[in-house]
Amino acid sequence: MSLTPADLTSAVAGGIGASPQRPDGNLKVRGEFAYASDLWHEDMIWGATLRSPHPYARIVSVDLTEALKVPGVHAVLTHEDVPGQNRYGLEHRDQPVLAEDVVRYQGEPVALVGADHPETALRALKRIKVEYDVLTPVVDMETAADERPLHPAGNVVRHVPIRRGDQRAEAEVVVTGRYEVGMQDQAFLGPESGLAVPDEEGGVDLYIATQWLHVDQAQVAVALGLPLERVRLTLSGVGGAFGGREDLSMQVHACLLALRTGKPTKMVYNREESFYGHVHRHPAVLYYEHGADRTGRLVYVKARIFLDGGAYASSTSAVVANAATLGVGPYDVDNVTVDCWGVYTNNPPCGAMRGFGAVQAAFAYESQMDRLAEALGMDPVDVRIVNAMSEGSVMPTGQVVDSAAPVAQLLKLVKDKPMPPLPAAVDLRDMPGGVSNTTHGEGVVRGVGYAVGIKNICFSEGFDDYSTARVRLQVINGEPAASAHTAAAEVGQGLVTIMQQIVRTELGVERVTILPMDTGIGNGGSTSASRQTYVTGGAVRAACAAVREKLVKLAGGRAPVDLVDLLGDDVIDETVEWRHRATERIDPVTGQGNAHVQYGFAAHRAVVDVDVELGLVKVVELDCAQDVGKALNPQAVLGQIQGGSAQGLGLAVMEEIQLADGKVRNPSFTDYLIPTVLDMPPMSIDVLELADPHAPYGVRGVGEPPTISSTPAIVAAIRAATGLALTRVPVRPEHITGT
Amino acid sequence: MRVNVTVNGEQRQADDVWEGESLLFLLRERLGLPGSKNACEQGECGSCTVYLDDVPVCACLVAAGQAEDREVRTVEGLARGDRLDPVQEAFVEAGAVQCGFCTPGLVVAAHDLLDRVPKPSDPEIREALAGNLCRCTGYEKILEAVRLAASRKEAGA
Repeated sequence: MSLTPADLTSAVAGGIGASPQRPDGNLKVRGEFAYASDLWHEDMIWGATLRSPHPYARIVSVDLTEALKVPGVHAVLTHEDVPGQNRYGLEHRDQPVLAEDVVRYQGEPVALVGADHPETALRALKRIKVEYDVLTPVVDMETAADERPLHPAGNVVRHVPIRRGDQRAEAEVVVTGRYEVGMQDQAFLGPESGLAVPDEEGGVDLYIATQWLHVDQAQVAVALGLPLERVRLTLSGVGGAFGGREDLSMQVHACLLALRTGKPTKMVYNREESFYGHVHRHPAVLYYEHGADRTGRLVYVKARIFLDGGAYASSTSAVVANAATLGVGPYDVDNVTVDCWGVYTNNPPCGAMRGFGAVQAAFAYESQMDRLAEALGMDPVDVRIVNAMSEGSVMPTGQVVDSAAPVAQLLKLVKDKPMPPLPAAVDLRDMPGGVSNTTHGEGVVRGVGYAVGIKNICFSEGFDDYSTARVRLQVINGEPAASAHTAAAEVGQGLVTIMQQIVRTELGVERVTILPMDTGIGNGGSTSASRQTYVTGGAVRAACAAVREKLVKLAGGRAPVDLVDLLGDDVIDETVEWRHRATERIDPVTGQGNAHVQYGFAAHRAVVDVDVELGLVKVVELDCAQDVGKALNPQAVLGQIQGGSAQGLGLAVMEEIQLADGKVRNPSFTDYLIPTVLDMPPMSIDVLELADPHAPYGVRGVGEPPTISSTPAIVAAIRAATGLALTRVPVRPEHITGT
Repeated sequence: MRVNVTVNGEQRQADDVWEGESLLFLLRERLGLPGSKNACEQGECGSCTVYLDDVPVCACLVAAGQAEDREVRTVEGLARGDRLDPVQEAFVEAGAVQCGFCTPGLVVAAHDLLDRVPKPSDPEIREALAGNLCRCTGYEKILEAVRLAASRKEAGA
């Protein structure tokens, strides 16, 4: 017989569908939660990194003599001290742990210092003499393919073409556009940090803030020249991630110093170094042509998309695939021609950030939909609804969308929301420019804009995307207690709460402990692609099912009545590897194939007030509708939608790493602005729960879709207020004033 | 140099403090109080907000030596034993905590606001928290938490 959760017990509190408090919440509000930068070890030293000041240069010589003389310095290391392979990377091992004869971006690590005080380490860094032969950097993503090759195979990391339907289709109404997306930063608040502790056998334990323990472990071990089991990683407290912790930062560096000196080594970046220390969102240039008939039905879409991968590949290949396969948006289009290139340049390396390729494409295709509406004299929401994808639709890759795709419904939900009232009286705090007292309402124009987006959920293109979970059940102090162990990274999103909820629901046990996440168990996969609730949630659920089977055996095939009596001193301990249904790599010539596991959708309406004389924007309201399949934790779902929308707002009106000849001009929170509580407006949110039959509990990934449609909705609203074309994000005041 | 400072009601002393060290470094690395956070170390994010003689400051902008003979209250000093301060309790309940790195600073800033303004309006809350960056929540649930804490404090008063 099989046993259902309902057989086990009357439902316990805090299961799926509820919003129990997160298990780390009390520690976090008390200031007692141990983030990676809080770690301390007896006799530890501090590591620091010397970085290249040049975007592109040959290293002529490195002289460590003076640095080694600084009292308190324990070690100064260069690439010559990397015992294993001096290369790492998520998809291509093209990035040196420490630069050898060339540096390819400003901020590239060249040397390391380990010292007894962080200030001592910084002083020693300043005494390292590096002679550079400065080269002209490659900085233009559109021409990079034809410029001086920065890597042996040339400057194209990946080209993805998509060809579907009639490549010569023509249409009555044609709109074209060129769009640009600036380089956005994840700007997680907890800086890159970790503590490496050498053991007595030449191995190392690394306590680290990361998104994926096992892929870090593999890369660190290769660089250290150690077998995997000698490099053990434990997740430390993670202060946000958003894609910026998928690549290595100080992981190998701290281990190198620890193994060389025999001392526990702590490394913590400051904010400026953090801007150099992780990959960013790919800047993009996108050329689009949309053809439609007079009713607004899309006949064809053509796009050429350039993504600037910067100096090293990171996850550029996958970002290119996303931008290409999702490049026409959540619309039915029979005839599609897309080419997307990810290229090497001497700009900072770019890789994963929330929305991962879908963000850049959405800004362009949604701008195009507004342009099309204008050309047709149609309402911008109507033209979207006319073309809205639905369940059964065929993607440009030929993949059939086989679960809910309520695109039209999401658009209607945000359109039908009541409008925020115009302010009754002048309150400076409601004005663009705020208490800077730049206007009392004169020159302020209100605008409304809409957008909808699509995102793939989980890893795509044939990747073996699984997670491992171990669930134990036993009686502790007279009551049943369970624990769950995975290597899946909690980065703030609340996976630890979801895991507890799943175990409670599946085993009917209220007391659930989440064990520290580490490499002592199998791979949990990345905390990326909105996948952890789906995949690690699926693994925890499957492990619980295995535990239930053991319970049935123990009960002689009958449904157990009382777990305490049944278990006695027995411990049930089950480990399960769980994977979602397989995907396939797309055809390299046609781009056809079932590339993605699941699609997620969100729509936004933005209401903005624009001071058209000064170019200042106040987002008055930002509303969202999203299908989440099943809200396992409704409070956390709202938190993801609110936070994701805020990051989209940032890209729309303020966030950009500004570059000049490959150099970062604003590596600080003084000059790189992220939304404050004054910038982020109230949100009205509708959550749909249209279960995906292929996914555990019907869940649909939540984290990324709201970041995608937020940006184009806000820009559409600014266009509505100003009548300007606004083809670049972030929109700056001078784009509005024309000065 | 030696620094004498009262932290969370306790007289503390630190030796061999380098003159360039901040109060934040002193708290985190020398006094074993890493609750105040190091997100920007340039006074932009508010994650290191502590009370210095009852005035909220960014601990990263205060030199360790400036705290000599003064009173510091950090996020670790807000709860009474196991009992959370109403602001802390409300942050957990409202879902205002995700990664939590901004939380200590926001909790201190909100605590200070409610001491000054027991029933703040939304614009007053926004103004008071405008110096604290959060990257996870979009601030909606932080506003909810402050409203909840204000109503709890009023009910309890």
